[in-house]
Amino acid sequence: MIDLSLDEVRTRVAPILARHEGKDGVLISLLQDVQEEFGFLEEQAMEAVADDLMLPVSHLYGVASFYAQFYFEPRGKHVVKVCTGTACHIRGAPAIQARLEERLGIRPGETTGDLLFTLETVNCLGCCALAPVVSIDDRVLNRREQRKLGAWIDSERAAETASDERSP
Amino acid sequence: MKRLRNVAALDALRASLEAESRERVEVRVCCGTGCRAAGADEVRQAFVDEIERRGLDATVTTSGCQGLCQRGPLVAVEAKGLFHLGVDPSDVGPIVDLTLDRGQPIDRLLHHTPDGAVVRWRDDLPFYQKQERVILRNCGRIEPTDIRDAIRAGAYAGLAKALDAMSPEDVIAEIAASGLRGRGGAGFPTGRKWEGCRAQPHGPKYVICNGDEGDPGAFMDRSVLEGDPHSVIEGMILAAYAIGDVADGFIYVRAEYPLAVANLTTAIAQAEELGLLGKNILGSGLDFRIAIKKGAGAFVCGESTALMYSIEGSRGMPRQTPPRSVEKGLWARPTVLNNVKTFALVPVILSRGADWFATIGTEGSKGTQVFALTGKIRNTGLVEVPMGITIHELVYEIGGGILDDVPCKAVQIGGPSGGCVPKALFDTPIDFDSLQDVGAMMGSGGLVVMDESDCMVAIARYFLAFTQQESCGKCTPCRVGTYRMLEIMDRIVEGKGEPADLDRLQELGEWIQETALCALGRSAPNPILTTIRHFRDEYEAHVVDKRCPAGVCYSPGRYRIVEAECLLCGLCQDVCEEDAVRESREHYRIDPDLCVGCGKCKAVCPAEAIVLETEELREAREEVTV
Repeated sequence: MIDLSLDEVRTRVAPILARHEGKDGVLISLLQDVQEEFGFLEEQAMEAVADDLMLPVSHLYGVASFYAQFYFEPRGKHVVKVCTGTACHIRGAPAIQARLEERLGIRPGETTGDLLFTLETVNCLGCCALAPVVSIDDRVLNRREQRKLGAWIDSERAAETASDERSP
Repeated sequence: MKRLRNVAALDALRASLEAESRERVEVRVCCGTGCRAAGADEVRQAFVDEIERRGLDATVTTSGCQGLCQRGPLVAVEAKGLFHLGVDPSDVGPIVDLTLDRGQPIDRLLHHTPDGAVVRWRDDLPFYQKQERVILRNCGRIEPTDIRDAIRAGAYAGLAKALDAMSPEDVIAEIAASGLRGRGGAGFPTGRKWEGCRAQPHGPKYVICNGDEGDPGAFMDRSVLEGDPHSVIEGMILAAYAIGDVADGFIYVRAEYPLAVANLTTAIAQAEELGLLGKNILGSGLDFRIAIKKGAGAFVCGESTALMYSIEGSRGMPRQTPPRSVEKGLWARPTVLNNVKTFALVPVILSRGADWFATIGTEGSKGTQVFALTGKIRNTGLVEVPMGITIHELVYEIGGGILDDVPCKAVQIGGPSGGCVPKALFDTPIDFDSLQDVGAMMGSGGLVVMDESDCMVAIARYFLAFTQQESCGKCTPCRVGTYRMLEIMDRIVEGKGEPADLDRLQELGEWIQETALCALGRSAPNPILTTIRHFRDEYEAHVVDKRCPAGVCYSPGRYRIVEAECLLCGLCQDVCEEDAVRESREHYRIDPDLCVGCGKCKAVCPAEAIVLETEELREAREEVTV
């Protein structure tokens, strides 16, 4: 993980703060934008937001930790979500989840050490008719793509290794 | 687009849009989330390319969800009255050749009924015939990102009528007369809610649309927001007009629904451009704006008071009521909060009249309701039916019956807050009150069909695990009570339950129902209590006989030695304390009557020759391959 300088963080947070200035009830939207910028709720960015809103940083963490979609750790390049909604559950989602856990070597909510994959479960993607479904980076896979998921994981890993070897 | 200064200008625009030459052939590709996952984007692009390549006079449009997700991508050629299902990009060439050019269908892409008849058009499909699409009236028939298409189909006609000829009181009276009850689950009369808010002396007031559809297995609000966003916007404007002194409107959308957010953003911008939102709407003097608030992933935010805290930027935890939201809601101001489907119904009630609406449905539940049919059913997807239709009609006539013709066991209605209805009660009419009588509730409208291979205890545990995980933790009955219930359920599905557990579950469940702070907590025990009520024998099998009749839970007697893999080493026999591994001349065998399902034999087997039968069966059935 690359450490960011305080200056850099503040420069990147400033336009987000400006966008929401003077409006009520913006904390969640603000945090969503910060997360989009950094990929997760970076600590120094949280402090910058707290400073600007004149709120204790603990208040921000209190709000952010309530919601499932705020992350305090960097996430993988690809986010693999297994839907565990009712329809998916009774049509085999637990089996898919077990296989993905095995293949990626992580549990839901975790990220692989190479920061390539994050595995998550989601309550419902709203595609119950196609159950069981998996999405990668918010795109729901069709049946054909889902069958090739294992191969896709391998090819992403191979590509990552190759690029690592090329770089000095 | 030019700003519309008054109602007459809107009527004129609609007339000119209707008059626009409709002779051009239009290919409408369903681009709802289901069809997209099945490849609709590629199909749409293939049509665009093919039509351009041949220089044909035809346009390609998209639509929101049409409900029949399982057979997607769906392609309608309206001018020719043809409806193709399961279209692949490779089918596009033949469709352009035969259908667009000569009006001939591609036979293999049409629906074939079991008796061999061919169905050419959507409305003639058995799936649609028993439906009455009022909430979903425009879903799948208009381009959701083009307000002109929506206006042509009648959007904002209800608003025009209200602004032109009705006072705010008239609007509320009309809604009250229609008998509309909120579609969010509880079924509170909408007219009464609006009247209560209007009666509050001090503004500013707020109008909120609840699009935080968190129930697993329900996706109707998403379909409306994605496929017909203007119906919701129009409903909200009408609410603002009726209530009076409204400062702002908010639509709270689940973060998992990016397409709904995108389509709504477009729709709001287009409505503002036309002067249907903003200052002095259609010259009436009404000012109203709508902002979108994206959820951040908390099921409890579907509860109205929690949702308001979330909009304010706080932790989304419910508060005690009263005061009700109509008195003290968002920022402690009077607020009307309705579900997506409720707002979508308002315009059509005004344009077609309360009398018309009141003819649909039952005495206590007027109108229609949308259900998401899922589970072990042939036609999964979204359906809309008049209130009062029986569960049997919904499952067998619209849903096409059970997958693989396995006997049906029960349906689960209303998601984690709802309950299970056994097959014996399938003649129950679906309306707010009848469902409550059998222990279920309308809830979100999720309807999961389960067959004999599903274990009701495991399903109930699944729902409880969901609500327990999503409990916000503010009140003790929900935070601790559901946790304790889940511990008991875990014990039962692991084969470690005892008969007294059933009484404990019931007692605890009833306590939670009476004492939890919010509706979500109070309804959390419903799945357990209804399954104990209707499927007590299955619970008893688990706690007394220590077996799972459906073979889903930790099930003794289902361990099996695969002969082909077995090395005949005998380790399993050595390790078994129950003496359940029997030896014969050629092989070992596990006696199901003696096995207690401890799994020690499986753990010790060097050849992995011992399998849990259920896993194997399930895999074969699901073809789940990763």
